[in-house]
Amino acid sequence: MASSILRFRKLCYVEPVNCFSDSKIKDPVGPIEKALPELRKQRKQRRGWRCWDMCCWTIGYMCTTWWLLLLLYHSVPLTLPGLQVPESPGLKLKNRGLSALHPVVLVPGIVTGGLELWEGRPCAEGLFRKRLWGGSFTEIFKRPLCWLEHLSLDNETGLDPPGIRVRAVPGLVAADYFAPGYFVWAVLIENLAKIGYEGKNLYMTAYDWRISFQNTEVRDQALSRLKSRIELMFVTNGYKKVVVVPHSMGSLYFLHFLKWVEAPPPMGGGGGLGWCAKHIKTVMNIGPAFLGVPRAVSNIFSAEARDIVFARAMASGFLNSDMFGLQTLERVLRVSRTWDSVISLLPKGGETVWGNLDWSPEENFACDPARKRLLQASSQANHSHPITNSSDGKLRFGVEDPIRFGRVISFGKDSSQLQSSQLKLNDFKELLRNRGNPKQSSCNGEVWTEYEDMSKESIQAIAENKAYTVESYLDLLRFAAPKMMKRAEAHFSHGIAENLDDPKYSHYKYWSNPLETKLPDAPDMEIHCLYGVGIPTERSYVYKLSTPSNKCKRIPFRIDDSANGNDGECLKNGVYFVDGDESVPVISTGYMCAKGWRGKTRFNPSGSPTRIREYQHKAPANLLEGRGFESGAHVDILGNVAMIEDIMRVAAGEELGGDRIYSDILSMSEQVNIRL
Amino acid sequence: MSMLRQRKPKPQLEEHEEEEEEEEEEKKKKKVRPTEDPPLKKRWSCVDSCCWFIGLICSIWWFLLFLYNAMPASFPQYVTEAITGPLPDPPGVKLQKEGLKAKHPVVFVPGIVTGGLELWEGHHCADGLFRKRLWGGSFGELYKRASLSLIPPGPLCWVEHLSLDNETGLDPPGIRVRPVTGLVAADYFAPGYFVWAVLIANLARIGYEEKTMYMASYDWRISFQNTEVRDQTLSRIKSNIELMVATNGGKKVVVIPHSMGVLYFLHFMKWVESPAPMGGGGGSDWCAKHIKAVMNIGGPFLGVPKAVTGLFSAEAKDVAVARALTPGFLDKDFFRLQTLLHVMRMTRTWDATMSMIPKGGDVIWGGHDWSPEEGYDCAPKKQKSNDTMITDSNGANGRQSQAEIVNYGRILSFGKDVAEAESSKIERTDFRGAVKGNNFANGTCQDVWTEYQDMGIGGIKAVADYKVYTAGSILDLLHFIAPKMMKRGDAHFSYGIAENLDDPEYQHYKYWSNPLETRLPHAPEMEIYSMYGVGIPTERAYVYKLSPTTDCNIPFQIDTSADGDDDSCLQGGVFLVNGDETVPVLSAGYMCAKGWRGKTRFNPSGIPTYVREYDHAPPATLLEGRGTQSGAHVDIMGNFALIEDIIRVAAGATGEDLGGDRVYSDIFKWSEKIKLRL
Repeated sequence: MASSILRFRKLCYVEPVNCFSDSKIKDPVGPIEKALPELRKQRKQRRGWRCWDMCCWTIGYMCTTWWLLLLLYHSVPLTLPGLQVPESPGLKLKNRGLSALHPVVLVPGIVTGGLELWEGRPCAEGLFRKRLWGGSFTEIFKRPLCWLEHLSLDNETGLDPPGIRVRAVPGLVAADYFAPGYFVWAVLIENLAKIGYEGKNLYMTAYDWRISFQNTEVRDQALSRLKSRIELMFVTNGYKKVVVVPHSMGSLYFLHFLKWVEAPPPMGGGGGLGWCAKHIKTVMNIGPAFLGVPRAVSNIFSAEARDIVFARAMASGFLNSDMFGLQTLERVLRVSRTWDSVISLLPKGGETVWGNLDWSPEENFACDPARKRLLQASSQANHSHPITNSSDGKLRFGVEDPIRFGRVISFGKDSSQLQSSQLKLNDFKELLRNRGNPKQSSCNGEVWTEYEDMSKESIQAIAENKAYTVESYLDLLRFAAPKMMKRAEAHFSHGIAENLDDPKYSHYKYWSNPLETKLPDAPDMEIHCLYGVGIPTERSYVYKLSTPSNKCKRIPFRIDDSANGNDGECLKNGVYFVDGDESVPVISTGYMCAKGWRGKTRFNPSGSPTRIREYQHKAPANLLEGRGFESGAHVDILGNVAMIEDIMRVAAGEELGGDRIYSDILSMSEQVNIRL
Repeated sequence: MSMLRQRKPKPQLEEHEEEEEEEEEEKKKKKVRPTEDPPLKKRWSCVDSCCWFIGLICSIWWFLLFLYNAMPASFPQYVTEAITGPLPDPPGVKLQKEGLKAKHPVVFVPGIVTGGLELWEGHHCADGLFRKRLWGGSFGELYKRASLSLIPPGPLCWVEHLSLDNETGLDPPGIRVRPVTGLVAADYFAPGYFVWAVLIANLARIGYEEKTMYMASYDWRISFQNTEVRDQTLSRIKSNIELMVATNGGKKVVVIPHSMGVLYFLHFMKWVESPAPMGGGGGSDWCAKHIKAVMNIGGPFLGVPKAVTGLFSAEAKDVAVARALTPGFLDKDFFRLQTLLHVMRMTRTWDATMSMIPKGGDVIWGGHDWSPEEGYDCAPKKQKSNDTMITDSNGANGRQSQAEIVNYGRILSFGKDVAEAESSKIERTDFRGAVKGNNFANGTCQDVWTEYQDMGIGGIKAVADYKVYTAGSILDLLHFIAPKMMKRGDAHFSYGIAENLDDPEYQHYKYWSNPLETRLPHAPEMEIYSMYGVGIPTERAYVYKLSPTTDCNIPFQIDTSADGDDDSCLQGGVFLVNGDETVPVLSAGYMCAKGWRGKTRFNPSGIPTYVREYDHAPPATLLEGRGTQSGAHVDIMGNFALIEDIIRVAAGATGEDLGGDRVYSDIFKWSEKIKLRL
């Protein structure tokens, strides 16, 4: 069939005008082959020749020019004279005589790791061991539904659906580039290689970032593999302890690992007490989401993927369009709700950390650019003596009514700003009882978001409870998506431990919550928090009910993007912003290192030293710099020259200085009232 | 596009697209038409024709590409089935239907040449190649460097980075080239040229995945012990095997080495049980505890005659596939006249090639007048009989009377007549005492280091005057012509036969990869398979001549004019014998057929061994690609019968379940002729 079409096609090249009479379309082969000599004759007549030639000529001309330019581009030396590229930290440190000392383990975060297909449905034929996630994403466009089906997990178990096996890509290639040209770890790897790192002392932890942490061990033995790898590198590199560099959700994963490895066998790795002290020198968390991310809130609630890292930037058009027949967002919501790991990113610590209806640790944060400059000046002044002192926070006190960041979700702009006494609040527990009868839902539920099971009344009732804090939000989720929460809460917990010696805390679901676990007994193991600051970061949301045109096919809630504040306010398009690295607010990245683990606390009984290194965001000066050498953004920070230098110095055995702080993290931490 | 939606949908998708393109073309035409008419004839010049031509080709190309991408993935299979009839199920699917499930973890050990190498640190000319493959993959960089960068000669940069240090056999200063890790290291050697990929895909069908499959990739250029010294590769393999056994409920691993990987794994088994400073310190029962079976594919246990010519004259009747892939590149002028010299210089720095020099000397490979394979009939088989599972000796005798007797034992002979004459009639002078001159050491080719410059004319003549070399004297020859290389090699490999295996000298690692100088580990439950293709003429001995003397040439070359009769074993200066195109049957099969069979001194615990041969059947049509019944050295990795055997063992079967030996060649008869004390 194809070949006949092909032949047909070629004929059309020769004589495009006559090809398309209707009879010929119906039967492309027969008549045309008969007509072949005739066509050749006509070809000699110059009629119709020229326009076709002109087309060819134009295309040829363009191609040739393009190739010439390409050739020129390749022969031009890599560094243009105009562009000031800072000396790469690798070379700089090599010239200073540093060389590889401690083995380095990289732990990628959510979304950035590649996933490949090992077994699939018939629609995925030919994709064996090809990347479904990461790489070029061509499959999304070729067969979107098939793609989504393969990336979903089972609703009940949170593991593989029957007949589908999608696994993490192993090795450094797993997360060096997310997509062609979009680096994640590649810059760091290249710089490490300059001082002598290579496959034997540099390891990328591969784990399936969709499933819950403990399940990576149950299904893939990922934790065991990490343990065995660290032990091996420790031994083969002359008994040098490893430096671990987790990023984003990887920090939580590695926290989980730290507990797992010392826990006794059936549930844990059986490494015994002291394993961490023996094998780990430093944990250098990059942009760690220790206490969760507000973004996860909106993501789970309405799939408005103000994406967790950058899926949205990659596929913004694709999320909004009608490509999947009107249900894009619903399908995305459905898929991402099967990913347990997203739940690990929900804010932890409840109202104590994230604030209640009237109070939040960041309430004095100023979004006004003018005042920001002032702030920067003051913090730069502080830079000379690195630890900011909280007294200068007073400058900003009482200027305006503080923003109530504590209301993670509020329905309507007004209710995000009113005093709590004026707010209309319903009691949630009651709602839980009359959730509505699933049978009454009229949708034949192909799309599983659990919103179909909800009655109109209960949706209305949700919206009438005007504001939600982090804690009541969790209740809300339990109400709106009971199955998902049931699955997820077997693996994650979001509270604060009263008594860490309670035997229940030896369960694995607490291991990734820093407020419900003790750090291992390793007084020499250092914990660093490295993160960018100076970028507005989502902190809380203003929602509205979406237009109820078609109840089945809609997610009933939407971010109210018409809600904007005045110039100086932090509200933009329905989102309140606060200082952070674009994804994770400072309070989440910095609190544990600044306060929760500092000194000997109950979360850090052996007093492992902590250190904070903040990197002030500076946007790239021009396009040639790409994503910048001084970026503080959540992922782009992996190309930040200063941060790379810090990591390399630690890996080569040097001492870093003390804290380096630009934000108000210390004064914010003071306001968080946790017994330590 | 928007116009497309408004139109009435047509029944056929392809036609739909046709129309779409057609419309675009029409639109273009409309745009172009006003400008074209009067000035066209004047401007229509050569450049325009070129542009026109390029444009035409581009358009057609894009269109084909578009069709190709729009084509459903299973389309090629339909075409194939339409032509050749329904294909048999791949073994993975077949066995999955039988209900087999993944049981034992599997470990792949790739051979020489097939594993990828990537750059971690390089000289200036290799900027921008960080973590790019220098070996394997598309070899794109090789050609790109050659054509694009004008400044330093590109291929030389490549050669420089792949060479190792002459003295140490390790990295030259400032260069670090490391093996690619993971399954990608050797699944495809080049795009479309599978090595392990077919096996991996079939194993995945019955449930294998990353956690139960492990590619033990290592730097195949350096000597086996040095992979541990430099990269700790052996430790990593040990740790990974232990991990896989632990995480798979104590199921032992099935190891699948291929080609040189067979020797590498032999080395590993000794290393892992040896005490710590030199070995891995796993204790004397490590192999028994962790390994269920070793399934050697095409293993050159006793070496390959090809390795000799590779070292002697770089006439790389390549070790595996390099030559088939890059024939043009090995021919003369690519590197400015010195291709072979550069290749020789590069390969001579690779210690690993020396692991494949024939082992066991004259006892195994035959002397002047004797060889185990003598009487082999090289005439192409008229019919392929299925029932020659055990060769009947009558038929073999009948053939022997007709065929001339080939002196395979003379691995190198200078001149065809010498190769065929009786040994008493050959005049020889001993080369060993010959004085090496220094005649053309200061020639123009000093930068190329092959050690031939140091030999002088006297030395070369002495080599040629010795006329005939057997497996034993070849070692002396190599010591004579390349003393530095052999000094390096002697520290890592040995080629003899042990008199007394209890002698403490055999604890040294240089004996570990020679099956005739080591004992197998004490693991009576482990199984050893030797699986290899037969039925392809394989190089066994060579006729050499002196090459015309110019300064920079390699002084010896294969005398390609030496041909026998039609049915003769001599073709193009090479005596051929049965094998898998690279490894003769003798080398691949002897250890499992005889040397280790039962309780012998090389196999004190009586590990059961099995010989599984796969008779070569070339692919019937081009569409079959490299065939599903091939017996060639690398193509056998796609042989369905072999894959089925492997999957059955991985799913728990034993050698007896497979049906024991499966033999097409004369390996048992030949093994009987070898007088080795067992």
